[in-house]
Formats: sequence, C-alpha cells, structure tokens
Amino acid sequence: MAWLILQRLGLGVITLVLVSMLVFAGTEILPGDVAAAILGQNATPESLAALRQELGLDSGPVARYLAWASGILHGDLGQSLANRQPVGELLWPRFGNTMALAGYAAVIAVPLAVGLGISSAALRGSFFDRAANVVALATVSLPEYFLGLLLILFVSVQWGLLPSLADTWSGMGLAAWLQATTLPMLVLVLVTVAQIMRMTRTTVLAVMDQPFIETACLKGLPMGRVVLVHAVPNALGPTINVVAFNLTYLIAGVVLVETIFNYNGLGRFMVDAVSKRDVPMVQAAAMVFAAVHVVMNMLADIAAIALNPRLRHPRVKES
Amino acid sequence: MTLPVFGRIPLSAVFGTLILAGTLVLFLFGPMLAPYGQEDVLGMPFAEPSAAHPLGLDQNGRDMMSRLLHGARMSVGVSLAAVVISFCIGVPLGFLAALRGGWPDLIGARLVDIVMSIPVLISALVVLQALGSSLPVLIGTIALLDSTRVFRLARILAQGIVVMEYAEVARLRGEGLWWMLRREILPNALPPLMAEFGMRFCFAFLFVAGLSYLGLGVQPPFADWGGMVRDCQQGILYGLYAPLFPAGTIALVTIGVNLVVDWALAGRTTIQGENR
Repeated sequence: MAWLILQRLGLGVITLVLVSMLVFAGTEILPGDVAAAILGQNATPESLAALRQELGLDSGPVARYLAWASGILHGDLGQSLANRQPVGELLWPRFGNTMALAGYAAVIAVPLAVGLGISSAALRGSFFDRAANVVALATVSLPEYFLGLLLILFVSVQWGLLPSLADTWSGMGLAAWLQATTLPMLVLVLVTVAQIMRMTRTTVLAVMDQPFIETACLKGLPMGRVVLVHAVPNALGPTINVVAFNLTYLIAGVVLVETIFNYNGLGRFMVDAVSKRDVPMVQAAAMVFAAVHVVMNMLADIAAIALNPRLRHPRVKES
Repeated sequence: MTLPVFGRIPLSAVFGTLILAGTLVLFLFGPMLAPYGQEDVLGMPFAEPSAAHPLGLDQNGRDMMSRLLHGARMSVGVSLAAVVISFCIGVPLGFLAALRGGWPDLIGARLVDIVMSIPVLISALVVLQALGSSLPVLIGTIALLDSTRVFRLARILAQGIVVMEYAEVARLRGEGLWWMLRREILPNALPPLMAEFGMRFCFAFLFVAGLSYLGLGVQPPFADWGGMVRDCQQGILYGLYAPLFPAGTIALVTIGVNLVVDWALAGRTTIQGENR
C-alpha cells in the first residue's frame, strides 16, 4: 500500500510539472507577440522593446519557461504588469480568502450531502428519496448567479437579514466575517450538495446490491445497521472521490460566486487579471488553481487507497 | 437503448421536451419575434414592466424581452456550435485511439488526463487572456476543452465494443477501419453519446453564460443571456426583478435539457437492471 501511495505522490508531482507547461504554453499561444498584444494600439517601438525586454521575450520559450518555473519553486511568482507589484504579495492574501470561503462551504456541504445521500439510498424509492432527487436535479441545473441573485433579492434586499456584498477586510472579527460570507457560502453549498448527494446515493446503492448486503439483510439485521456498518464502509472510497471531485468544482465555481458577491478572492483576482491581460498574474493564478485541483485529487486518491479494505489487505500476489 | 414507450412518458420529461422545443423556436426565430431591436433605447433605465414592455426595460432603457429574444441565438448558438465541434473532434479521435491502440492512444489519453486535471474555467481563462475574447476564440476554446471529455468517453465506449464478439467477427471478415468505425462501433456507442451530447450542451451553455457573466464571453453589442445578467445585476439591489429574467431563462433551459437527459438515462438503467 505504501508503494501505491508513493506512486500517487509521484504521479501528482509529474502532473503538476506537465500542468505548469500547459499553463505557460496557454498564455503564450498568441499568433504574434505577447508584448504587442498587451500594448495593443498604444504600442510605440520603444515601449514594445522595453516590454519585450521585461518579459524576457528576447530569449526562447524553453528558457523563459525554465526561468518562470524555477521562480515559482523559489516562491517568486513574478511581477504584475499593471502595477509593478510582486504577484505573490497580491495573490496569497486573496488565495487565503478563497480557501476560507471554500472551506466554510465545504464544512457545511459535505456532511449534509453525504448524510442526505446515505439516507436517500437507505430509503430507496420512498417519498423522501424521490423528493431529494427532484430538488437535487433542480439545484444542479441552476446557475450560481441565479441562486445568488435570488438570495440577494430575498434575504438581503427584501428581508434585510444578511449583506448583499461580501465585504471582508483583514482583522475583521469572526462573527462579522461569517455574516458577510454566509450568502456566498449558501450558493456554493446549494450547487455542490446536490451533486455529492446524488453520487453518494449511487455509490451506496451499488454496494447495497451486492450479495453480502443481502446476507446481512437475511440475517435479520436492522436496516440502519446494514447501511451504516456493512454498506457505508465499502462505499467510502468512491464517496471520498466524489467529495474531492466536487470540492475541486467548488474551488473553480468560486470564481463566479466571488464575482456575484464582489468577494475579494482569487477568482475575481484572476478574472480581473484576464480582462487586463496581465500575463504574470494570470499565469500565477492559473497555476495556483491548477495546483490545488491536482493536489486535492491526489489526496483523494491516497485517501481512497488508505480506506479501501481490499487494498489495505491485499491478497497474496501470485508471482 | 430503447426509449421508454411513448405512452409512459413521465411528466418531467414532457416538461423538459416542451422547454427544449421552446428553446429551439427561440434559437431559430427569436430575433424575428422581437418587437424591438437589441440596441434600441426606449425609455428610462429599469422601467417597470408595462403593456408595451412585458418584462420592463434594462439598465440602458432597452426592451428586456426583445433582448432576451435576440440573445437566444447567441447563447444557444455559441454553445451548440462548440459542442458539435467538440463531438466532431472527440468522437473520431476517441474511436481511432481505442481501435488502433499503441502509442498514439497512450499519448492521447495522457494528454487528455493532463488537460482535464486543470479546471475547465481556469484553462478557458488562460486561453482567453492570450487570444482575447471573440466569437471564434470562444467557440474554439470551449470546443477544444470539451473535446477532451468527449474523447475520453468515446475511447472508453469503443474499447468496450472492440472486444465484443461481433466486432471480432467483423475484423476476422477482413473489414477495414472505416467499416469498423461506421458499422460496428458508432451504432453501438450512439445512445450513450447522445445522452452525453445533451449533458455537454448543458455544460457548454452554462459555461458560455458564465463567461459572459464574468465579462469575458460574448461581447457587446451582441445581446446574450449571461451578459444581460451581468449588465443589469445592479438592479437587484433596488429590489428589481430585471436580472432574474435572463438568469431564469438560463436556468430554465438547463433544467429542460437535464430533465430530458435524465429521462433517457433512466430508461437505460432500468432496462439494464431488468436484464441482470
């Protein structure tokens, strides 16, 4: 098992390297020249030359990639083109904000969704199961801004319960922070709960159809015990994968939610950088998002291996 | 897959089909049905709904309903084009990879895995940053990113089919590549691919709308639903319903597609379950 986990770790590192190449290549696929594209119509020969120099465009793409990648490894994310500040200084606080919001949503969404998924699998075909399924289908289809706008309209404009904009600043108290971020959190919870619930239900049901569950039922065990003790541990690995998959979705979905509520996170930061065509900022933000995504998937794989009864106690291999 | 008999269509599927039909009409005839042009300023910003303007006016005093009708072509058209292109790329390549195997298959699969390990929205933002947002770039980006998912599904489906006895028989008969693709793999992979088409359309549709909402998708002067939500979002703070019309339309179309896909897939799973 240790070997399997090491393999996953190695795979994760390789993926990160390849992803960094893709991100770098993606920002450089311009038909012409980055400098000309950034300056657009305001380009003068002097400013073009200066910008080329600054971006290191006089050296080849491989050399530039290596310089960029080694910079990242040393914690240097480059300099913003727009305001000449180090990207790292601008990026990390916002990354913290995004992770805080995503974490807040995950803490509520995951237990709720897994609980709902397990109960609707246990009560398969009941009214609760069908109702949960319909509600899940509806919330999955609703775009974040529709849910967000509805919440703003009712909760903050008409009932005046929570602020419509998620204004946060460093040093604000926890209570104030929670109050400001509850609406965006709710939107994230709504869009992720349904997915996790539906997929948890499917995984648990797949286990429930197996012979050993039938045996447990025929032994006369109560349904609750069959589900919790016999079915759920075996469905845990796939469920963790489902949860991880949806949490990574949460981190990307946060881009839209941050825009709706004007939350000062990495998603809005990246969108701003894209509209300003600030190459180093976009590269850095994309790399951070991709890294979180890869690392989460890797952790999920490792957790699934660690929790899988069959992998923990492998059969003796015939050699 | 055989679709459930027509007498037993569940209510949700009827509802979904109606929504899809409505969307199709909007897509085909929307701009012709619109009473006003998409850029015509007709009154005060955010004017209340009235007889002349059933959904009121937007933040620039343009008729909301006309803009919705004009935007249908853009919102639906861009995503439809992207998904069609992504299937044209992903399905043949996926089939070929499965049929031929060897290193092209391996490289293709690895490349797709890497692209898929980056969130789609992030990849799209990177490309849009480099190329700027225009309709061809938008459609091309979404199509290429989406084709990785299609490739993966097509490859897995074809891998399952080439090992079946009938495919074996065809190969032993000496059928060529084209026959194998056209007569053995495609017909058997079609039903799941159709369902996937619906889901991918749904995804692309939400994705285009999302990008436009971020201001990076369809650019003015063209009306499109995501961009309309962005434009009149401020109205919500004054308790106006204006941004809910385009947002609700987007939601409705997505629900419609989901209901139909769900129905098609549900028919499939029960049939498989009965045979077990």
